[in-house]
Amino acid sequence: MPSDAIVVGAGIVGAACADALSAAGLSVTVLESRFPGSGATAAAMGHVVVMDDSDAQFALTRLSRELWDALAPELPRACEDERAGTLWIAAGEAERESVGRKAELYRSRGVPVDELDGRDLVREEPNLRPGLAGALRVPGDRIVYPPAAARFLLDRARARGARVVTGAEASVIGPRRVTTHQGAFDGAVVVNAAGVAAPLLAPGLPIAPRKGHLVITDRYPGFCRHQLVELGYLSSAHGHSTESVAFNLQPRATGQMLLGSSREFAGLEPAVNRSLRNRMVRRALDFMPALARLSALRTWTGFRPATPDNLPLVGAWPETDGLWIAAGHEGLGVTTALGTARLIADAILGKTSPIDPAPYRPTRRFAAAHA
Amino acid sequence: MPELTVDGRRVEVEAGVTVAAALTNAGVEHLRVSATGQARGPLCVMGTCFECRVAIDGQPHRRACLEVVRDGMVISTAPNPKPQTDDRSLSSRLVCDVAVVGAGPAGIAAGCRAAEAGASTVVLDEGDVAGGQIYRHRPPNAPEAIRPWLTRLDRSGARRMGGASVFDAWREREEIRLLAETSGGALAVSARRLVLATGARELFLPFPGWTLPGVLGAGGAQALWKSGANLRGRRAVVAGSGPLLLPVAASLTKAGAAVALVAEQASLASLAGFGASLARAPSKILEAMRHRRGFAKTPYRTGQWVAKALGTERLEGVVVTDGVAANEIACDLLAAGYGLVPNVELAILLGCAMRGGAVAVDARQRSSLDGVLCAGEPCGVAGVEVALAEGEIAGLAAAGQSDPESERRLGRVRARGRRLAARMHSAFRLRTELRALASADVLVCRCEDVAVGAVAGCASAREAKLSSRAGMGACQGRVCGPALRFLFGWDSDTVRPPARPARIGHLAVFEDVSKE
Repeated sequence: MPSDAIVVGAGIVGAACADALSAAGLSVTVLESRFPGSGATAAAMGHVVVMDDSDAQFALTRLSRELWDALAPELPRACEDERAGTLWIAAGEAERESVGRKAELYRSRGVPVDELDGRDLVREEPNLRPGLAGALRVPGDRIVYPPAAARFLLDRARARGARVVTGAEASVIGPRRVTTHQGAFDGAVVVNAAGVAAPLLAPGLPIAPRKGHLVITDRYPGFCRHQLVELGYLSSAHGHSTESVAFNLQPRATGQMLLGSSREFAGLEPAVNRSLRNRMVRRALDFMPALARLSALRTWTGFRPATPDNLPLVGAWPETDGLWIAAGHEGLGVTTALGTARLIADAILGKTSPIDPAPYRPTRRFAAAHA
Repeated sequence: MPELTVDGRRVEVEAGVTVAAALTNAGVEHLRVSATGQARGPLCVMGTCFECRVAIDGQPHRRACLEVVRDGMVISTAPNPKPQTDDRSLSSRLVCDVAVVGAGPAGIAAGCRAAEAGASTVVLDEGDVAGGQIYRHRPPNAPEAIRPWLTRLDRSGARRMGGASVFDAWREREEIRLLAETSGGALAVSARRLVLATGARELFLPFPGWTLPGVLGAGGAQALWKSGANLRGRRAVVAGSGPLLLPVAASLTKAGAAVALVAEQASLASLAGFGASLARAPSKILEAMRHRRGFAKTPYRTGQWVAKALGTERLEGVVVTDGVAANEIACDLLAAGYGLVPNVELAILLGCAMRGGAVAVDARQRSSLDGVLCAGEPCGVAGVEVALAEGEIAGLAAAGQSDPESERRLGRVRARGRRLAARMHSAFRLRTELRALASADVLVCRCEDVAVGAVAGCASAREAKLSSRAGMGACQGRVCGPALRFLFGWDSDTVRPPARPARIGHLAVFEDVSKE
């Protein structure tokens, strides 16, 4: 029997879409090529963060964080949800000034923040090197464990009758039909939430894999309390240079430290790029020399589904009848999964969304060619 | 005598012993608190399992089984120690023709042959003393069998680096690069050829109570004694599978422990077939007899296995079964190992082709990756004679020397040894009843305290890891990976650098030292 909706991909975005569509009363089938949360979701940091690269990014991340706040009481322990807050770190005086501007912007849009000077910063995070100029603290930002969060969302959908088919790699999405190695599945609508694989199923989608590295340490509870991100992160994340690194450190609920970040366009080669990983490590040691003594357990790589304008592709894809896209979330998939699912469900059901969906439409014009 | 401070208490210890042995002798057997708050003691005693981690001189997560005591050492077993920040770690660099990883029989033989052939050779090992697990000793008391080899290695001109834990290996243009962590800092090695002689580790299988302090590997218990632990007066049970159980029981007896039972899980019928085939390998029988003499009164039972370890804070006894009846035996030491697992992680990290869980090599021990050779157990567990022969062949090949006569002779030793090993593996095949011991509430991943029930619905090691954290801890899946393979048939997840936990400050040193 055809489903009301087929979701292709059980990463965090597909799981959130399945959750939202099933909550709206639709019958949902989820098709996953491997197992839930096994792609970029498995590699992701899980930082739920309000970001201000553009108005549209701010609107979607703020909405999504509100949805995570609402979900938080229901998240099981395995999701390791923690409202740790983010510190956007200013290295020098020029960046310190941008903290003030950033603070104003966040406040004017209803997101509480505090400004920290150099001394406050040392008090809050004593393992940072002395002499940093200050930071913007966004206390409402959260940390979750992405694969567990994806499983939780899928389980909720399942409890409402959704069907999750694993090991079903989609090969073709036709009008209201998805063909997989396990046969064809029919649905009134199809949501392509296949992450970096999305363009294979909807040719023309401007998504390219952007590889990243993460290093995780043994357990050092209390070593750092907030998610620490250098202010320069935005230019690393949103520039389109071939390779870039930025300091980004996350304290996990286990007491482990998760260290990022790197960005490169290098196809889908999963091997560790030692020279870039090393640049990333040295960048972190610049901000936090005490990290040098922590024992690193593993390095891994993952692939962010990147778009030319750093905004996800969310909405109808007119090339194929009944096809919707929920992909291209780059490094913000965990944060924006819930907002994306909301936009998709509202659009499919013909409801008005709390934010304007236009900036995320997959058919929008892109100013520059993709790197 | 060196003096240590252990959790604030001053303890005098014998020189030359490991921290793990010193702590055992001081009556400290809870070395670490696990992720869910359980007390843990040493298990593998060869640097693999990370259960014996303590803080040494303010540095958390150090393996007590690998570090030799130094006067004034400060040791803490308290959970969550803060890393101190006042240390200065030095980085150094070595350039050589041949790097050998592992200083067991294969690595010693490879190092000798390569250096004698005129190649500048470096032999690295995690342990301070050469000899590997089989010839573990405290200098100057080297076992007779390895003494000539150690002398030869010293004279060969090969440089030996003890206490060097290799955590990364890759090929860059024409050279092989290694990164190792030593007590003095990071070591970067550039070599033209690499011989992997990384040996094997014990296979541990989960059963109720196997995480209690006092439950060690079979080789683990022997290693603890050899590294200086006093086991006099202990009441021990030796269990599991394989030819290692006999020498372990002999060692424990020699150490003054009372060995109540040696329980071999393989059936008598299975072993009898193997015994008959041994007629062509009389030295093996003699060796077994010699071990048997040391503990003539100890019962050796086939077709029996430990179903449960008893105790709350530590081991108090075991339940032994033959599948029909169950017997309780009081003991304070269980030495349980189920055979050996080749250490192939560095080979996988480098990208060497594998065959049946072992590194694929040609007749000259060359792997599929140009410049990387492999010898001994990582090519398939086959024991010391094969390891020595393959080490020699690999050493010659790595140095670019040809010695057809020697190679023919060594090739025959290798072929005979590998045939014998195949028969042995079949005789000691693990019985399926052992799988049933790993019930849903038994932990399989000791680093992250993940129970068998938490991974049961998964379809792969990677899925289990992401859904339960099994294999995410400090041993990097070296203990639970092979156990999960036995229980569910899963291949282990990929290997990525660091292949051993290493300090963040050491990950990125290659560029730094290369610039100097």
